[in-house]
Amino acid sequence: MIDLWRSVPPRGRIVIALALAALLALPLAADRYVLSVLTLIFYFAYVGQAWNLMMGYAGQLSLGHALYVGVGGYVAALLWLKLGIGPWLGVFAAVATASAFGAVVGWLGFQFGIAGVYFALLTIAFAEFTRIGFDHLALTGGAAGLFLPFEEKRMGEWWNLRGGQLLFYYLALALASGAVLLAALMARSRLGYQWLAVREDETAARALGINAFAVKMAAVVISSAMTAVGGVFYAFYYNNLFPSQVFEISRSIELILAPIVGGLGTVFGPVIGAFVLTPLGEGLIAVTGHFGIDAPGVKAVFYGVILILIISLMPSGVWPSLAKLLGLKGRVP
Amino acid sequence: MWSIYLNVVIQGVLTGLVYGLMALGLSVIFGVVRVVNFAHGEFAVVAMYATYVLFTAFRLDPLWALVPVAALFFMVGYALQAALINPFVGRPEHEQFILLVGVGIVIVNVLLIGFGPDARPVNLSYGFDSYEIGPLIVDKPRVFAATAAIAVAAALFWFFRRTRTGAAIRACADNLVGAGVVGLNVKRLYALTFGLGLACVGAAGTLLVTIADPTPSLGPSYTLMAFIIVIIGGLGSMAGALLGGVLIGVSEALAGFLFVPSMKSMFSFTLLIAVLVLRPQGLMGRRI
Repeated sequence: MIDLWRSVPPRGRIVIALALAALLALPLAADRYVLSVLTLIFYFAYVGQAWNLMMGYAGQLSLGHALYVGVGGYVAALLWLKLGIGPWLGVFAAVATASAFGAVVGWLGFQFGIAGVYFALLTIAFAEFTRIGFDHLALTGGAAGLFLPFEEKRMGEWWNLRGGQLLFYYLALALASGAVLLAALMARSRLGYQWLAVREDETAARALGINAFAVKMAAVVISSAMTAVGGVFYAFYYNNLFPSQVFEISRSIELILAPIVGGLGTVFGPVIGAFVLTPLGEGLIAVTGHFGIDAPGVKAVFYGVILILIISLMPSGVWPSLAKLLGLKGRVP
Repeated sequence: MWSIYLNVVIQGVLTGLVYGLMALGLSVIFGVVRVVNFAHGEFAVVAMYATYVLFTAFRLDPLWALVPVAALFFMVGYALQAALINPFVGRPEHEQFILLVGVGIVIVNVLLIGFGPDARPVNLSYGFDSYEIGPLIVDKPRVFAATAAIAVAAALFWFFRRTRTGAAIRACADNLVGAGVVGLNVKRLYALTFGLGLACVGAAGTLLVTIADPTPSLGPSYTLMAFIIVIIGGLGSMAGALLGGVLIGVSEALAGFLFVPSMKSMFSFTLLIAVLVLRPQGLMGRRI
């Protein structure tokens, strides 16, 4: 980790330290709304980073990551509601369950040579299958949803993730920063380089003696485990879970926007993407609201147009061009 | 007792033929242009709304609306491929995917803004008529829709088998470099193919109003269904798409009859996973 810090150029160290300090101190100055928008940004940076490890580094296109968000959220919420087990313990069960799901999807896909678009469809099929299953699962309240009660007396029990905006702001900040750190470490690790090799040319990677199956399995398990933590956060932040909302394919797509817009396969891409997209979406709602237009689809149309523009005009994302502009040389961090 | 099952199966076959026509469009596009049209179902829903508008404004029967809607969709498809998608041919799959996901998101939400989330039924005067053949009762609109679907599919078969342009398009699918070498204008043929694919979806969409009431949220589920059908039938195989459509139609009809109707698509997804694992080339290989 110290090696990693040393590898950052001095200017970069200053920027990172200042940005972190500013974000840590921000709640002193900002109001609840700003904090809630930033919480959302950190959340999307975090789950985007999880997806980025699998797609950006290992080159495996998953369009069913909502599956892991949902499974993680449901497991932790159920443990809390039915057994009174708090989320700090529940998160381990959530991670274990979601990565088991990820392992099944990965095993089926990689063992039977389902690649590219076909693999993406496999991930969608699992997410949709689970969504319909949860719609009919009595234990989780089915389609009517699962609610975490909001109890006044439990407010401030941070060890049970019961608290206000401030708690979730810092938690999301920690998650997003942790994910960036993890991605940076992974990118410099042996496994990280093996991912890149498999992504660029699997046959060549195999010829070099890389166990492509194991490497891809590692990607899907790590990615689903990370995403599940995001799911636990989602469940305790929003206090409700509906199968039709958490498992929907539109959720999977929403989750991959930040890394694509920011820059696939880069450490900072998902963060930059989330910082670009979320405020734009929120701002758009504010502007249309100001003109008295209350159309629920406006934000989504905007995201769609952004997606088309970015992928047509700068398919490698915003961050690589930005990094060049900032005078960063070599591989984009 | 068996007559009930037979009724359900026939219902499924008729519905499945329309689904098959929708999937046929996807199969043609993928088989030739090699672009995954992830906005396919969304286009079908646009056609459903177009049919609804033509029906409420001019009392135009969906079977007649098929002709102008398919023609319009052909032009839209041609323009879309020429302007937006051609640069993506040969680029990584995920980039094509994301481009069309973007197109799909825009379509669904523009429909949502324009028409709202509620279903807009097309109430045909003969909507509840049916033919009785012995113990069998077959809905009249579905018979019409299935017949029209077969007719459009047959026309497409004829085009690809019997015309020079059809042969040229098949040449592009078989050997892209060779097609370029003998002087075929690949970009134009791609645009033509995407147009034909969308004309198929447009035609299928006008017929779908006899099966479901248009709402924007149908888009993504139809896209998934089209992919399921095409993968089960075999990407690139035209007969496979129709066969896959019938299989999905029947299995969903039976599942809806025997189990909870809302769980019926679970069977489709299970079928998709099974086909991907066991026979990834689909039931009818790849051939166009």
